[in-house]
Amino acid sequence: MSASAPAASPSKVSVLADVFTTLRTQGRAALAPFVTAGDPEMETTLAVLESLDRAGASLCELGVPYSDPIADGPVIQSSYTRALAAGFTLERLFELSRQATQRVKMPILAMASYSLIYRRGIDRFVADAKAAGLTGFVVPDLPIEESDQLDAACRQAGLALVRLVTPTTPPERAEAIARKSTGFLYCVSVAGVTGARTDLPAGLIERVQWLRTKTDVPILVGFGISSPEQARAVAAVADGVIVGSAVVRHLADAANHPREAFLRGLEGYVGDLVAATAR
Amino acid sequence: MPWQATIEDDRFVRRSLTATATTMTPALPSAAPPLSQVPDTLGRFGRFGGRYVPETLSAALEQLEQAYNEAIADPAFASELDGLLSAFVGRPTPLLFAKRLTELAGGAQIYFKREDLSHTGAHKINNTLGQGLLALRMGKRRIIAETGAGQHGVATATACARFGLDCVVYMGAEDVRRQAPNVRNMRFMGAEVRPVESGSRTLRDAINEAMRDWMGSVETTHYIIGSVVGPHPFPRIVRDFQSVIGRETVEQCQRQLGRLPDTVVACVGGGSNAAGMFYPFVDHHDVRLVGVEAGGRSGKPGDHAASLSYGSPGILHGSLSYVLQDADGQTADVHSVSAGLDYPGVGPEHSYWRDAGRVEYTSVTDAEALDAFDLVAQREGILPALETSHALAWAMEEAGRRPPQEILVVCMSGRGDKDAAEIARLRGLSADGTVAPA
Repeated sequence: MSASAPAASPSKVSVLADVFTTLRTQGRAALAPFVTAGDPEMETTLAVLESLDRAGASLCELGVPYSDPIADGPVIQSSYTRALAAGFTLERLFELSRQATQRVKMPILAMASYSLIYRRGIDRFVADAKAAGLTGFVVPDLPIEESDQLDAACRQAGLALVRLVTPTTPPERAEAIARKSTGFLYCVSVAGVTGARTDLPAGLIERVQWLRTKTDVPILVGFGISSPEQARAVAAVADGVIVGSAVVRHLADAANHPREAFLRGLEGYVGDLVAATAR
Repeated sequence: MPWQATIEDDRFVRRSLTATATTMTPALPSAAPPLSQVPDTLGRFGRFGGRYVPETLSAALEQLEQAYNEAIADPAFASELDGLLSAFVGRPTPLLFAKRLTELAGGAQIYFKREDLSHTGAHKINNTLGQGLLALRMGKRRIIAETGAGQHGVATATACARFGLDCVVYMGAEDVRRQAPNVRNMRFMGAEVRPVESGSRTLRDAINEAMRDWMGSVETTHYIIGSVVGPHPFPRIVRDFQSVIGRETVEQCQRQLGRLPDTVVACVGGGSNAAGMFYPFVDHHDVRLVGVEAGGRSGKPGDHAASLSYGSPGILHGSLSYVLQDADGQTADVHSVSAGLDYPGVGPEHSYWRDAGRVEYTSVTDAEALDAFDLVAQREGILPALETSHALAWAMEEAGRRPPQEILVVCMSGRGDKDAAEIARLRGLSADGTVAPA
């Protein structure tokens, strides 16, 4: 249990901080792809994580399939449905994470609904994640008012609990959220669900610049970003870019191609995004 | 009539909307705070409830809570809602003695609270008018809603037509099929019905899709949730708007029968008719309250929708409550013959009442509900909704076990016209109700 070993391993929050420090010295922003655990099955996910790492991803969000993801658009919903149909379980998630965190150098955070965390038990979920080598959590359906317990468990375990601010978040609230966020702050680009969009939303750049004046925690922008052009524009003002649905769309196509070809295609796509994050 | 005089007095409505214990003195003295004193400011009913939503929705829920608190302090709001409930909905709905059903059961006297006589045929309109007025106060001109049986969809489309608001209703594709008359009626009133093809294509998926719409439209759109579920403040708002059912029942029992009933029973899917019926009774500890869930085909997982009977605490659609889920917290598939009860969660206040031991929850199978539908149709001349038929089935059984001096009130939450075609189909009958040629 986490209670017995608070000082045994370095805090994962500081591992993330080192990643951002290194990127800053390199004059680059982070590229953080999102990939669903277990779509189309666990073995492929492991290979995908290795490909993302090779392509130069700075960190990765591992999406934990949930039956009722209300913040997700059709691409990620379908991906979750495929993974659940293929037999995804939390036991398999932690087993996959254990293998992946030993094989790749990029930190991996779990993107998980609070429904799953609550059901397993907060302390148990955090302990399992820590034992599996995960760096922290993004919990898309947990507002700050409800997060004290998970926050305490993460702090004790040295794991990051990344918070989200959105275009509908009032300024004072955004500041409060930024203060609570550990690892980085997830700036949601649009009011809406996940999914690739053609244009960057109006006012996004200004919002990131405003947030920058309010917090020292690294700011990563996500939702709707899929092209190197979009990534370049965001990387100019933010500490990183999260690309989700556009990566997951590749997974939907995995069954139609030989694995090597599919992985090469994904690696090339992510490599182009990584290149676009150099300032 | 004394009742008319009371309901036209806006002080009554305001007082009852804020629903404090001062309006209903507990029957037994007790040191503990009354059960009606929930939720707290974070939307907690004991440990249940809360607000587990994406940050994108936080501001809108704050705005809704503020608008609601302002509305219930505003006499003009109460007066407008009250006027609509009276002249548009036809309230108060009657309390009817079910004479031939009582004779058949051979025990307690059975009464029906006739929500089926409300405009649009169910209790759902009480809530949609209230929330429609809230949307107007917030300056939101577009309304979205989910619906299972279609009753809430129709009630929302009705309120939107009355108020001149745009209306989009999400409905599981399976429910679109089995509740076709309601789909047609929504469209007649100018609503757009969007069938939802994801997941089990029922109520739960319709709520997911409505929430996703709201994520992208929240600044101009109000989401009228149809049951006492969802993130705070929805469970409280819907309960308060539906509590007119229980308040009238208390008043009618006292006036018509000279006392409160012994037992009050209502069906529970998400639980809005039950919450509205039970809430004014919860501090009257000598009144037994019973919620009837959908027992489906059997008690096996996937065969029923009885969250309080078989579920465990979990988070679904923004609040903590009893949920039918697997060991990981993935929502379970559920089944009920009734589209309105076909839901894997339940309102958090029901979970609170369950754990407090204040309300008993039980379940009735598809077959028992269908039998009750026949019985009530043939012995009382009322086609009850399949949802309501669950409460009726339990009430019939129970009445036979109780002495004749006891009074049992069933919330007749809705009429069954919408179900007639589906019932005929389930029995292999043709559209005119005769045996279809082989």
